[in-house]
Amino acid sequence: MKVGLFVTCLVDLSRPGIGFAALKLLEGAGCEVVVPETQTCCGQPGYNSGGREIAKALARKVLAEFRDCDYVVAPSGSCSGQMKVATVHDLFQGEPDLPEFEALAAKWYELSQFLVEVLKVDAVPGKFEGTVTYHDSCSGLRELGVKMQPRYLLQMAGAKIAEMEGAERCCGFGGTFSIKLGEISTRMCENKCESIRATGAGAIVGGDLGCLLNIEGRLRRTGDKETKVLHFAQVIAGEG
Amino acid sequence: MQVQSMFFKQRASEKLGDELLQGNMRKAKGKFVDGRAKAVAEFGVWEEVRSHAAKVRDRALANLDAYLLEFEANATRRGAVVHWAETAEEACAIIVGIARANGVRKAAKSKSMVSEEVNLNEALEAAGVEVIETDLGEYILQLAHEPPSHIVAPAVHKSKEQVAELFVKAHGKPRLTEIPAMTREAREALRGHFLGADMGISGSNFVIAETGTTLTVTNEGNADMVTTLPRIHVVITGIEKVIGTLEDFATLIRLLPRSAIGQTVTNYLTLTTGLKMPDEADGPEQMHIVLVDAGRTKLVGGPMQEMLRCIRCGACMNHCPVYQNVGGHAYGWVYPGPMGSILTPVYVGLENAGDLPNAATFCHECAVACPVKIPLPELMRKLREQQFDRKLRPWPERLAIAAWAFAVKRPALYAFLSGIGARVAKWMGGREGLIHSLPGLDGWTKGRDMPAPAGRTFRELYRQRSLERR
Ligand code: SF4
Repeated sequence: MKVGLFVTCLVDLSRPGIGFAALKLLEGAGCEVVVPETQTCCGQPGYNSGGREIAKALARKVLAEFRDCDYVVAPSGSCSGQMKVATVHDLFQGEPDLPEFEALAAKWYELSQFLVEVLKVDAVPGKFEGTVTYHDSCSGLRELGVKMQPRYLLQMAGAKIAEMEGAERCCGFGGTFSIKLGEISTRMCENKCESIRATGAGAIVGGDLGCLLNIEGRLRRTGDKETKVLHFAQVIAGEG
Repeated sequence: MQVQSMFFKQRASEKLGDELLQGNMRKAKGKFVDGRAKAVAEFGVWEEVRSHAAKVRDRALANLDAYLLEFEANATRRGAVVHWAETAEEACAIIVGIARANGVRKAAKSKSMVSEEVNLNEALEAAGVEVIETDLGEYILQLAHEPPSHIVAPAVHKSKEQVAELFVKAHGKPRLTEIPAMTREAREALRGHFLGADMGISGSNFVIAETGTTLTVTNEGNADMVTTLPRIHVVITGIEKVIGTLEDFATLIRLLPRSAIGQTVTNYLTLTTGLKMPDEADGPEQMHIVLVDAGRTKLVGGPMQEMLRCIRCGACMNHCPVYQNVGGHAYGWVYPGPMGSILTPVYVGLENAGDLPNAATFCHECAVACPVKIPLPELMRKLREQQFDRKLRPWPERLAIAAWAFAVKRPALYAFLSGIGARVAKWMGGREGLIHSLPGLDGWTKGRDMPAPAGRTFRELYRQRSLERR
């Protein structure tokens, strides 16, 4: 089974460890993983800024890069939403290459969904002692239905999960929103951090690096240097 | 209402600093969101009815002209006079004209967002008509000289204590502390106005084509006074509120109060079909129905048409994390929250409301909550696309996107630049690995640190790993 890893631009730039954790999990489960070297970004920042043509150009680029893979996996619900939902339901509606994007969408998976639903893993290499709380990122949750999969995997690694109040509420990241409307974004993030603190968990875990950088940035600014901020892939791969 | 939507950012910033408001908003949030969630869970077939409701609204919009004419014919047959107002000014002129022709001195109003939209109160007051808002929330705001901050609960931004204060000033009675007593006092103050008004003005949640019916959905019963006691009843509503049949209404009314505040049914639900019949005791002598366009037809048949499905339930704002934090006044016009972030730019001009379509993280809570399945985030994105195409966003933002787009399409260049970026940013993060301020990104770094990158990109490390393995 040939699996293409879509690293995501944020992981590539900021937290390569998440990419290697994903790689380890997929290879460990017996997949032949390819990482096309020319990949950059799914195009969502352009799409959400109103740059439709930029988004389409990048989507076509991704399509070409992963054409010969049986599956494509990304450690992000947000980028996966872009490639599974936005392309098919909006960007390429009425375009001749719609069927190709439909095929891409069908073989594209968010990492936790791939591990649980396709690979049906029943063990993970990581061991985690202690309590975590899980933040549900919006796109993964509401566009793709990512909810139980990462929790299931975290528990497999031994983590206890203390649910926070409003786990499904947006952390305020929203891509460029976090800069354009930074003050509102910060407040939304502070609300999220309040919920996180109230759980007393030693780590806040999520599945989208944008949200995680946002949350980490706010926790650190408000003096919390202790709480770990981790991608679930790091935890279950044993690289947290 | 004067358009202030161009100042969204500043206004939002003020609201974020308003501790009192923040406390009031926090209290309201739970009530709306939890109430709706419970009502939806109990309902059982929510998604099915929701899909049907969206179809009902789409059918009405597809047949808008025919339904409106059918409505006019049926309402006229029952003795009402139907007026067509193409603009806000026309709507006011029509109602002021009716008031003048009939020597109206006092008008009692029940809640109507369209009347806020067209500035009806100001127009009537300028013509010498005293206007009294009789919806409790609107009454409070009239005393406070403030516009509504929510389309269903207009005074949701006020606390009990703030209202008590206003009542002491207005009623000249001792300060009350309990809500039921305060409500009673307001009722007493309003009773005289109901009896003394020459004109009653109401909105209409829907207008029904097959019967010529207008209707009000309230919890206080004030609309029933307004529509029956004064000798003239004026209904003002938007043309998009037309639906085909009573059957359609039955579908929509199952969703409206549940979506709004989690009620299965409101205390009062009144359908008014024309004037009183010869054998009926109550009702006005004249009934005028003013159907307002004010930009609505521009949406018909266009990319934003789905917005006209809106049944004004308020669920989208109740569930919006931006609205929850800044409140309705920040949005600067009549309609707040996600629906307002679309309606305001559409009705008052995108150039006057540039931040509103951007005031969303696309978290999709609104789209999930909307009872008529309006794809609110997608519509906001369409507005962003218009801004992009018309170059309406500030130039630094446009430049940044253009530069990003240039690089991201060129893998070699991108690899080179991101490699440098990762190193520089790591260096900036120092030992802690945190960047405290970044030029151009102060929107982020004012309230948050930027966790610094690891230093080398995945791309580089992966290539290295591949070489080592070979
Ligand atoms: S857009 Fe939908 S959720 Fe918002 S007020 Fe209208 S009907 Fe209600």
